[in-house]
Amino acid sequence: MKFQLLRLDKPVDFMRFRLPALIFSTLLIFASVASLAVNQLNWGLDFTGGTEIQVAYPDGANLTQVRTDLADANFPEAIVQNFGSSQDVLIRIAPRDDLPKDEIGGMVVEALSAKNATVLVQSISFVGPSIGEELTEQGGLAMLVALICILLYVAMRFEYRFALGSVSALLHDVLITLGMFSIFKLEFDLTVLAALLAVIGYSLNDTIVVSDRIRENFRKIRKGTPLEIVNISLTQTLNRTIITSLTTILVLVALFYKGGELIHGFATALLFGVFIGTYSSVYIASAVALALGVSKEDLIPEEVEKEGEDLESI
Amino acid sequence: MLNQNPIWKYVLVVFVLSMCTLYALPNLYGEDHAVQISSGKTSTVSPQMIADVEASMREANIAFKAVEFKNDQLLVRLNDSDTQLLAREHLHDAFSDNFIVAMNLAPDTPDWLEALNAAPMKLGLDLRGGIHFLMEVDMKSAVSKAFEDTIDDFQTQLRQESLRYRAVSQAGDFIEISFRDPQVLEDAQFFLRNNYRNMLFSERDALTLRASFTDARLSEIKDYAVKQNITIIRSRVNQLGVAEPLVQKQGSERIVVQLPGIQDSTLAREILNATATLDFRLVDQTNDVRDAVNGRIPASSQLNFDRNGQPILLRKQVMLQGSHIIDANSSTDENGFPQVNISLDSKGGSKMSNATKDNIGKPMATVFIEYKSTGERDSEDKLIFEKHEEVINVATIQARLGNSFRITGIDNAKEARDLSLLLRAGALIAPIQIVEERTVGPSLGAENVKLGMQAIIYGLIAVLAFMLIYYRAFGLVANIGLVVNLIMIVGIMSMIPGATLTLPGMAGIVLTVGMAVDANVLIFERIREEIREGRSPQQAIHFGYDNAFSTILDANITTFIAGMILFAVGTGPIKGFSITLMIGIATSMFTAIIVSRVIVNMIWGGKRVKSLMI
Repeated sequence: MKFQLLRLDKPVDFMRFRLPALIFSTLLIFASVASLAVNQLNWGLDFTGGTEIQVAYPDGANLTQVRTDLADANFPEAIVQNFGSSQDVLIRIAPRDDLPKDEIGGMVVEALSAKNATVLVQSISFVGPSIGEELTEQGGLAMLVALICILLYVAMRFEYRFALGSVSALLHDVLITLGMFSIFKLEFDLTVLAALLAVIGYSLNDTIVVSDRIRENFRKIRKGTPLEIVNISLTQTLNRTIITSLTTILVLVALFYKGGELIHGFATALLFGVFIGTYSSVYIASAVALALGVSKEDLIPEEVEKEGEDLESI
Repeated sequence: MLNQNPIWKYVLVVFVLSMCTLYALPNLYGEDHAVQISSGKTSTVSPQMIADVEASMREANIAFKAVEFKNDQLLVRLNDSDTQLLAREHLHDAFSDNFIVAMNLAPDTPDWLEALNAAPMKLGLDLRGGIHFLMEVDMKSAVSKAFEDTIDDFQTQLRQESLRYRAVSQAGDFIEISFRDPQVLEDAQFFLRNNYRNMLFSERDALTLRASFTDARLSEIKDYAVKQNITIIRSRVNQLGVAEPLVQKQGSERIVVQLPGIQDSTLAREILNATATLDFRLVDQTNDVRDAVNGRIPASSQLNFDRNGQPILLRKQVMLQGSHIIDANSSTDENGFPQVNISLDSKGGSKMSNATKDNIGKPMATVFIEYKSTGERDSEDKLIFEKHEEVINVATIQARLGNSFRITGIDNAKEARDLSLLLRAGALIAPIQIVEERTVGPSLGAENVKLGMQAIIYGLIAVLAFMLIYYRAFGLVANIGLVVNLIMIVGIMSMIPGATLTLPGMAGIVLTVGMAVDANVLIFERIREEIREGRSPQQAIHFGYDNAFSTILDANITTFIAGMILFAVGTGPIKGFSITLMIGIATSMFTAIIVSRVIVNMIWGGKRVKSLMI
């Protein structure tokens, strides 16, 4: 028995939904930007600075008790929550001016073990405020440099219209993923930043495959408007697009459910990014290249002899 | 006939595969909990010690697997982490006087693999537990110390040249030298310009010469401060007894310190952070202390206090700085009082000898200097450090001092021990501030490894199953490629000396598993298309691989660019992720384009094939 997701003999008219897709994307981007402006991001410890202590109570943790203990020890503002299991507790304390910032972790551990000797320290993280600021800057810079490098590479390998198309698709993906983190108030830490760059990589992968096919078809198919050729190319690559998304989603689901609490944000960002990236490589990258007026003439190689060879092999 | 493998492809695949498998193998053997004993300052470990250690372990009734001598270290292999703690405590008591005793994880790699330099992947602190510090060097102190040294130098040099000056002092970013005679100023300027090419000189007025550091010199000072601190932190880390520590410069003024296996962050930070040093100065006997207390401090002297708050007037000029100390240990003197014996390097020895030869019979003060944070921050949010000086001892110089001497007058034995430890390890040239700390307990590390492995295994099984069902025979080929891909990633990670596996790195491997099949999917879909267009199976395979190639290349190169930027910009966990991502991209291209092609050709190539199982 042979499996095939879709048997498409006729090209699907993807580009017919160009306008609705454009409106949809614009709405999403507006919502993201609005949420980023109003709610901002729920920055994690890596960016805000502060102290995070993960402890385990083998007999089960009593969060209320932990909170009272901490309040008694002069940390009434500590955020206490379960982390992964009912035994694990995550305690967060923002930087304070009245205490040496880097010693808060030790103080908290001391206070907790004085109240309950069974407590196990799993991890202590302290990040100074200056580090956080630098990271934010570096992260933004990394994003920007990545986009510029990719723009240059694609412009060199393909054409500037494709380059602009793929970079706008990437910007679209990054903005909307950020927006989702802002809207749902998910914690944005270093691993999420890494995931975001991986989303760029993934979405680009998709875009390149589609662009590559469009270029090939422009050269191969003599008749047909650019719109038709884009549709044909999208149809031809659709199976591949879906299958790769599927295998990637499979591993990401494994990561989400099995990878533990620390990787949750990473898996979430990527899972969402894979969906949005797949969508954008169809509707944003190709549509932008089309809108910018990509045409047969731009992609046909200049050497006449080579064309002849092409014809013969067909 | 189409689709036959050239010999070089077989050779390449077999070679790459066997290399990677070989170097991935040590990861299968796991690691033993171990305690390592390495040479201290005074004694060296020898294979003869094995018997001693074994006897000592048996005496204490601690079960152990083996004691071996390797790379100038003794390694005691143990069964679990509990006995490791017991053993460390026991061996520490028994041997730490002369040796460094530290906990470690020792790879259980068989000898024949070790002979090939094969070793398991290094695990990051988030997977094996330990402490990570990021420390920032206080550059203000480093620069002001350079000012002090230069002022000292100017005074000595001008005096030697008989160029009479009134005073040398720091004024903001400048050193100002005032003279009585404009002509002397000219001469001094000429002389100093020639001798201090890395400084800028200008005349503030007819009688004042200004000197400042050039930008190059300033960055050199900062660079030196970081480097010097790194050296010192390294030697302190060795005192702590850490196996495989990492002390590294990061950026222009930061130092990363990683201490695998260490849990006690309070102790670690106390030892790493301490900035104590000693200066030796002459007591100023020509001026009256009481005048100084009332505010009339002579320009060449400064007012210090001893532990009991008694004022002492000392000469500003330093006879000897603590940086010349190469060894220090504590003991008790004839009367049972604690003392610290100090050995100097040769430069320090001759300095000390010069400084003491004309001053026999005069009192010399030992000044304990410590930088303490005031708890306040400056406009750039950096901690402000204050220099605390305390006279711990005043002794009469009995004779010309040389390379070794002792200081007494220390309160108790513990203080003598602490002081000697600090002096032995050297003093930080500028105070440091901890700007980031991450402590991961060993159980959390093990838990993270388990979770990461689970994610990889579940993800792998899901993808393998999907590919097999969807592409059947060709799916099997892709699956072989995927497994080969994993082996290659592990092999290459183990081969690269600096590569460390972190939890995000494991996430990167999981992601690679999902995305690596993409190249095969591209090829297989292409082959299906070619078949639909009516090509023969052989042609379909040939054109499928050929046509998909440039797409695969472009798609992977762009992702690789993103990975490289992550690597360049990111720190710690991000770097770990980007390394596995980049390696994964490279290996998945190799397996999809070359390995799977070789297998496909072996199965279907060179013979009549009616239809393809794709």
